Amino acid sequence: MNIPFVRYNNLGFITSSALILIACISLLFKGLNLGQEFTGGIALQLKYEQKAELPKIRSSLSKIENVDFKVNIFGSDNEVKITFQSDSELNITVDTVKNQLEEDNYLGEVVMEATIFPQIGEELRDKGGIAILVAMLVILVYIIFRFQIKFGYGAITALFHDVLIILGIFSVFGLDFDLSVLAAILAIVGYSLNDSIVVSDRIRENFLDENKKGSSEVLINDSLNQVFARTIITSFTTLLVLISLLVAGGEDLRNFSLALAIGVVIGSYSSIFIVVKVLLATNLSKKDMEKPKNEPEESYSLD
Amino acid sequence: MNQFKNWQIGLIYSVLIIGIIFAMPNFYPTKPALQVAFGASSSVPNTNIIQSVTSELESKSIEFEKIELDENSLKIIFDDVENQLAARRTLAEYSDGEFIIALNSEPSTPEWLRSLGGKPVNLGLDLAGGIHFLLEVDTERYSEERLSSEGASLVEEFLSRNINASYVSTGSEMKLSFSNTNNLVQAREYLDQNNFITTGSKYAISQNGNTINLQYTNEYLDEIIDYAVEQNLVALRNRVNELGVSEPIVQRQGTSRIVVELPGVQDSTSAKKIIGKTANLEFRLQARPDEIFLRKEQFSFKSEPGKVFLEKVIILTGDNVTNAQSGFDENGRPQVNINLDIDGGKAMQNATKDNIGRNLGVLLIEEKTKTYFDENDNVIQAKEPVKQVISNANIKDTLGTSFRITGLGSSQEASELALLLRAGALAAPMTFVEEQTIGPSLGEENIEKGINSVIIGFILVFIFMLIRYRLFGLSANIALMSNLILVTAIMSAVGATLTLPGIAGIVLTVGMAVDANVLIFARISEELKANVDPQNAIRNGFSKAFSTIMDANITTLLVALILYAIGTGPIKGFAVTLSIGIVTSIFTAILVTRSLVNFIYGYRRVEELKI
Repeated sequence: MNIPFVRYNNLGFITSSALILIACISLLFKGLNLGQEFTGGIALQLKYEQKAELPKIRSSLSKIENVDFKVNIFGSDNEVKITFQSDSELNITVDTVKNQLEEDNYLGEVVMEATIFPQIGEELRDKGGIAILVAMLVILVYIIFRFQIKFGYGAITALFHDVLIILGIFSVFGLDFDLSVLAAILAIVGYSLNDSIVVSDRIRENFLDENKKGSSEVLINDSLNQVFARTIITSFTTLLVLISLLVAGGEDLRNFSLALAIGVVIGSYSSIFIVVKVLLATNLSKKDMEKPKNEPEESYSLD
Repeated sequence: MNQFKNWQIGLIYSVLIIGIIFAMPNFYPTKPALQVAFGASSSVPNTNIIQSVTSELESKSIEFEKIELDENSLKIIFDDVENQLAARRTLAEYSDGEFIIALNSEPSTPEWLRSLGGKPVNLGLDLAGGIHFLLEVDTERYSEERLSSEGASLVEEFLSRNINASYVSTGSEMKLSFSNTNNLVQAREYLDQNNFITTGSKYAISQNGNTINLQYTNEYLDEIIDYAVEQNLVALRNRVNELGVSEPIVQRQGTSRIVVELPGVQDSTSAKKIIGKTANLEFRLQARPDEIFLRKEQFSFKSEPGKVFLEKVIILTGDNVTNAQSGFDENGRPQVNINLDIDGGKAMQNATKDNIGRNLGVLLIEEKTKTYFDENDNVIQAKEPVKQVISNANIKDTLGTSFRITGLGSSQEASELALLLRAGALAAPMTFVEEQTIGPSLGEENIEKGINSVIIGFILVFIFMLIRYRLFGLSANIALMSNLILVTAIMSAVGATLTLPGIAGIVLTVGMAVDANVLIFARISEELKANVDPQNAIRNGFSKAFSTIMDANITTLLVALILYAIGTGPIKGFAVTLSIGIVTSIFTAILVTRSLVNFIYGYRRVEELKI
């Protein structure tokens, strides 16, 4: 089996460019639906014996003025999550909400309550961004050290590509972007890299092999075919696990698993199309693989 | 032939066996327990407490399995929840509400395992239920207040040297004004001489006409903020201990934040009240003997017998105390140095200037909570403040923002007093920036969900690998299982905390650990296609895949470590299991799989290999 990946390269490039363009536009104009960890705010999770009656909760909460409550089913239909923003001026707390619901005899069991102040969120956002950038930098240095700078360009481009597209998907579909999704994106940085390195490793090996002749395109295409089965199988097993997380992991891990699952697919795709596109664009050749020869050490004798 | 040497096999399986031993404590069920603390002021509990509690429980025919004293609390382990709740009610009545009793669960790890250091993994709040607070120390306000109170003491210091000065402090800057150049030169000389701290200079000094501007240097700011946060940490620990929670976490996070986690606690309002309370110190003059009863109150001493009358007027409270440290006076006798903020200094000055020769008493106010339980196990709490005198010293001079208490019996007494003064007040103001309460049912649900998804994920991968790679797949699956055991063992042994995102991290390593094996197997099949004989194909497959596996895992590990270093909360939990999982997966996927493959194929002639 020999799939002419390199020939389809431009198709991949066009698809990716289009996706990134959409992602950027959506991120610019629509932005991300940031979770409460980032924006600050108050959340209350309630559990009822029977199916929760959202209208009842909403009408009870409408008696509290000046606050825009979001009341949603969370996980199963007997659990409800109420979220809202408040500040010291408004001074509406979790207790205000609990008291109001209790007054109207519809409180249920309080499963979780959380109050997060905005400054924490801002810091988290900054830190998350810094984490991704630091991670990329460290990785770039490692790749330059272990491989060659052109592979570094390839891997980093693939990383940007993957992260942007996941962010874009979360933006376009308005999915909740919370702290766990940030963690997932950072994990994807690691995973996508894993893929890029496996591909790069094989390309390097084939370029270094003196018995293998042919143009860069041919060698790269051979390499891709050699690792293709592994890429598919690994992605598949990881997806199997992520699907089990999606199905059984509950509401708290849903977006996390979703982000990872998208990341795994895109990460595998980018290791084949994006890394290779960059390597070809930088005119990677057998010459690049030659390590600078060390000068023979001069020897001195002391006698 | 593909064979490991005996010592290699020995080493690999020793690691696995140790792993199994340390993972084992997680499979023993936990038992209901009570943690009984005796409150700060009660006398140190001794073995009599165990006896009296034992006989009290036995008289009510409440069965328990074990009772033991650790540090300063009593732990009682029960066989069932009914006895646990009955014992709680009994002991609350027995102690007249004095005991601080917390429901707890205790792992039933057998003795031999425990003596090896085996313990179950710590569960994070999202799995165990409880309250999480994040508090922020207002470092800016703290340093401003400190600078301004230092201004007052500097002016006092100058006066004692016959230098006339006045000061104004504006936020982070203090302006000292002098009436003439002579005064200014003298003052500058004094400042320059005293402008040293271990890491450099304390103030950045600039001069402008007849004024000197002082600002704290960054080094000094870092130093005092660090000190203040540490001080607050101590005070918070004391307060949290009052709650009688088992295994609370009070931890510094970053430069100016403190995390408080109270597993098992559900009542956030009262927890917040205790953690956030301030001002439990009062400074009052000792009443004159002829003072009428309306204007005085009698208090007993905390650490010695006897009582004393103090005036009802409160000069200042613990709110105004910024620091207290024990030390020695000129004659080598123990003393306590106290610093007050600017308002406190003024109040103290006004109160003491006309009262030199009288005594100044310091009252410590502790809120005693008596806790009872009714028939339905609802908590009934009665609160009463207990006020005791911790110091009653003679006023030798007009006191300002900084003064000292001398005439203390020993340096131990001095450091205890300093601790009480400090613990009473927070060194720097704090605000709650995050609070979260997780109900116990949510915790249990999260554990269940986490474990289920690990099991389902594992089974899916297991089946797939078996179908795709048969005997090789079986080896990989056993390696995968060893990986799960090792991750659990390391998490338990090093005392890492498992959270829901942490479980997600484990699930992800399951997926990624397979990758190493897939890489190896793909290589072996390539070798076979190139007509290499089976034994060499296996050998080459492992060795050729090795560098790829290492590169891929090292980079992912780097990412995980960065996540750990920069991330907080859920991200950290995820990073911990991911890092551990990556390291163990390298071991299991390469060495354990290899040893199994060797075991299957290494000791015979293999004509044909299917992979």
